[in-house]
Amino acid sequence: MGFLEELKALLPGRVLTHEAELAPYESDALTAYRKRPLAVALPERKEEVVEAVRLCHHHGVPFVARGSGTSLSGGSLPVEGGIVLALNRMNRILKLDPKARIAVVEPGVVNLEVSRQAAPFGLYYAPDPSSQPVSTLGGNVAFNSGGAHCLKYGMTANHVLGLELVTPRGEVVRLGGESLEGAGPDLHGFFVGTEGLLGVAVEITLRLLPKPEAYHTVLAAYPSLEAAGEAVSRVIRAGLLPGAMEIMDRLSIEAAEKAVGAGYPRVEGLLIVELEGPKEEVAAEAEVLHRVLAESGALEVRVARGEAERQAIWKGRKAAFSAVGRLSPDYLVQDGVVPRSRLGEALREIGRLSEAYGLRVANVFHAGDGNLHPLVLYDGKKPGELERAEALAGEILRLCVRLGGSITGEHGVGVEKKAYLREMFSEADVEAMERVKARLDPKGLANRGKVFDPRVEVAR
Amino acid sequence: MTLRPEGLEEVREAVLAHPRLRARAGGTKPALSTPREGEALLDLSRLRGLLEYEPEEFVFTAFAGTPIAEVEEALKAHGQYLPFDPPLAGKGATLGGTVAAGLSGPLRHRFGGLRDFLLGVRFVDGEGRVVRGGGKVVKNAAGFPFHRLIVGALGAFGVMVELSFKVFPRPRATRTLRVRREGLKEALAELERLRLLPLDLLALDLIPPATLELRLGGFEGSVEARLGRLLGLLGEGEVLEEDAPHWQGVRDLAFLEGSPIWVKVPAKPHLIPELEGLPLGPRRYLDGGEVLYAGTAEEGLKALREAGLPHLVLKGTQDPLHPPPPLAFFAKVKEALDPKSRFPLG
Repeated sequence: MGFLEELKALLPGRVLTHEAELAPYESDALTAYRKRPLAVALPERKEEVVEAVRLCHHHGVPFVARGSGTSLSGGSLPVEGGIVLALNRMNRILKLDPKARIAVVEPGVVNLEVSRQAAPFGLYYAPDPSSQPVSTLGGNVAFNSGGAHCLKYGMTANHVLGLELVTPRGEVVRLGGESLEGAGPDLHGFFVGTEGLLGVAVEITLRLLPKPEAYHTVLAAYPSLEAAGEAVSRVIRAGLLPGAMEIMDRLSIEAAEKAVGAGYPRVEGLLIVELEGPKEEVAAEAEVLHRVLAESGALEVRVARGEAERQAIWKGRKAAFSAVGRLSPDYLVQDGVVPRSRLGEALREIGRLSEAYGLRVANVFHAGDGNLHPLVLYDGKKPGELERAEALAGEILRLCVRLGGSITGEHGVGVEKKAYLREMFSEADVEAMERVKARLDPKGLANRGKVFDPRVEVAR
Repeated sequence: MTLRPEGLEEVREAVLAHPRLRARAGGTKPALSTPREGEALLDLSRLRGLLEYEPEEFVFTAFAGTPIAEVEEALKAHGQYLPFDPPLAGKGATLGGTVAAGLSGPLRHRFGGLRDFLLGVRFVDGEGRVVRGGGKVVKNAAGFPFHRLIVGALGAFGVMVELSFKVFPRPRATRTLRVRREGLKEALAELERLRLLPLDLLALDLIPPATLELRLGGFEGSVEARLGRLLGLLGEGEVLEEDAPHWQGVRDLAFLEGSPIWVKVPAKPHLIPELEGLPLGPRRYLDGGEVLYAGTAEEGLKALREAGLPHLVLKGTQDPLHPPPPLAFFAKVKEALDPKSRFPLG
């Protein structure tokens, strides 16, 4: 029997090979890239994932695990001649133990679903990427997803306590456990963020946190983006640790307004600050915050009264990416990080680059952790415009590295930024990563073509 | 044989010159840092000092051999601290040793442990190659996260040279509430209730059989009001106004002094009844029961092994880690970074 026949025998009726069936899997949220896989497999149990990976290993067929396909870096782009392991059917929450404050989930469980199920116990799952109503935890784990609350609560890696995974050679291994503390190397922490290159997580143990008692969410409007950025520095210098600080520029405000009508003021720079915690502490922090904002040159400061107003503020922010789609036929989302104190400098330079390239750039970013999300607007139908947009995006990444930051805060390297990994890391750093990959995956089957630039990717 | 490198280059030379090495700086966890037969001792105490510290960024980078006390003094001057509360700081523990052992103290309850605050590393691998993982910003998803790999790895993958950490603003005021219950069962029930409430406690410890210690931090007025609410929730308790010296002692694991063996056991509230049935000495559960630090003798260690409970011995044995890391994954990473097994866990 050939590979496909064996796969079909393993997953009867759940191997897609027809052109029309494959089309939805050819691309993820990085729509500029598209590849047709050999087949799409739809396992329903972890044993099936394990057997499928073993089959791939035996036949030397590359595989790409995929959840909802929301990767903005092309992390789940198929490999020609390889298969896609679509894990959406593995969407069971296997255990939700409020006393232990953990949830054990399959990789196809949607991020927001965990918080929904945990809510009756007063608990939630903290990482909140904007894609959280759709994106799955398997993908969140592979790419170490972030969200708006990373300064205070960390990223996905900080909330994963244990993993069961199948290595690219088809071995099943358990890393970590259920406790917040471990004994021995933090291998599960290491696996998170390796973008599916070291195996497929089939079971994930997550930590849950008590939902904050009180929130204080503030909108502050500024005459310039830099003034909004400066306000963030003032908040930090005052010794506050807000749960989230977000900034949007005029273009993204307009897009968000058109999309969801959040009621944002139409200004050059909008700052959202959210305090959270016990009500007495939040009240004391709010006093300091308002003193700081009063001195920060804000044109207007609005406080969300009640949960509905708070949700409206966040709805606009979280809709910003997709809303920008209304302003332009196509766009690239960048994800660089700069030290917070260099935000102003970075924004000035991005503005200058935008003019030089003749392309509009909308800015939405996690100001608390210096994570920029410039959206480079372009029209893919105009010859050369995608290439120009990519060149501009590349310059922004170099800028982030130059300022001491990172090429990606939460979207991962994927296919999109692999040419820039060496801008941030030395040859020796990348070689060490490639050696780890080569040892765990000697045939180079797991998510081939991601993270490392194929021009220099060789078996070491 | 003891080597005392003063910089990155000398660390590389030392690694390449010796087939088996073991790193040590403060030496506060002798079970991990005492050289075994045939190992050269790599004393990192000269790799010391802060390299970068931008208070406004909530980030610093320092040499791995820097004593934690030295770092904390610099942070304190800017109203900041290490929220994972590295243990044994008062005894001379260093950043590198804390990372290699993977240890956090009682304050980990509020914001998380060491793994949540380490941002980046520069290390020398088993072939003398200088490798960097992570970065110097609080959010970063680029490349394989070697900085997480080295947490608790006992130095298995390389010799740390530089480490970058996230820090937070220090709580302006603190108070501690100590409450006693009738027995272990009642204390555990209380612990489980408190774990689910949004109290933002800095610390929540169980001292068996039946004492709970809760530490609050924040603005002075808020701490006072929240203390009142806690008393309403828990009934009577003893309030410690000046609680810093008490917690310094806990953090330095003073309660283990006098025990021949010191052990850390990852735990969970539901494991506590089983752990309490083992022949262990003085002990304390930190972070709402997530981790146990216990003093014991051979008998206790044997009982932990027989019960199949993972643990790490800090003092008093040659064989500190049980169980060994899962080979299907660990051995491959080890081969990639330390193919000649110069470092521990070979």
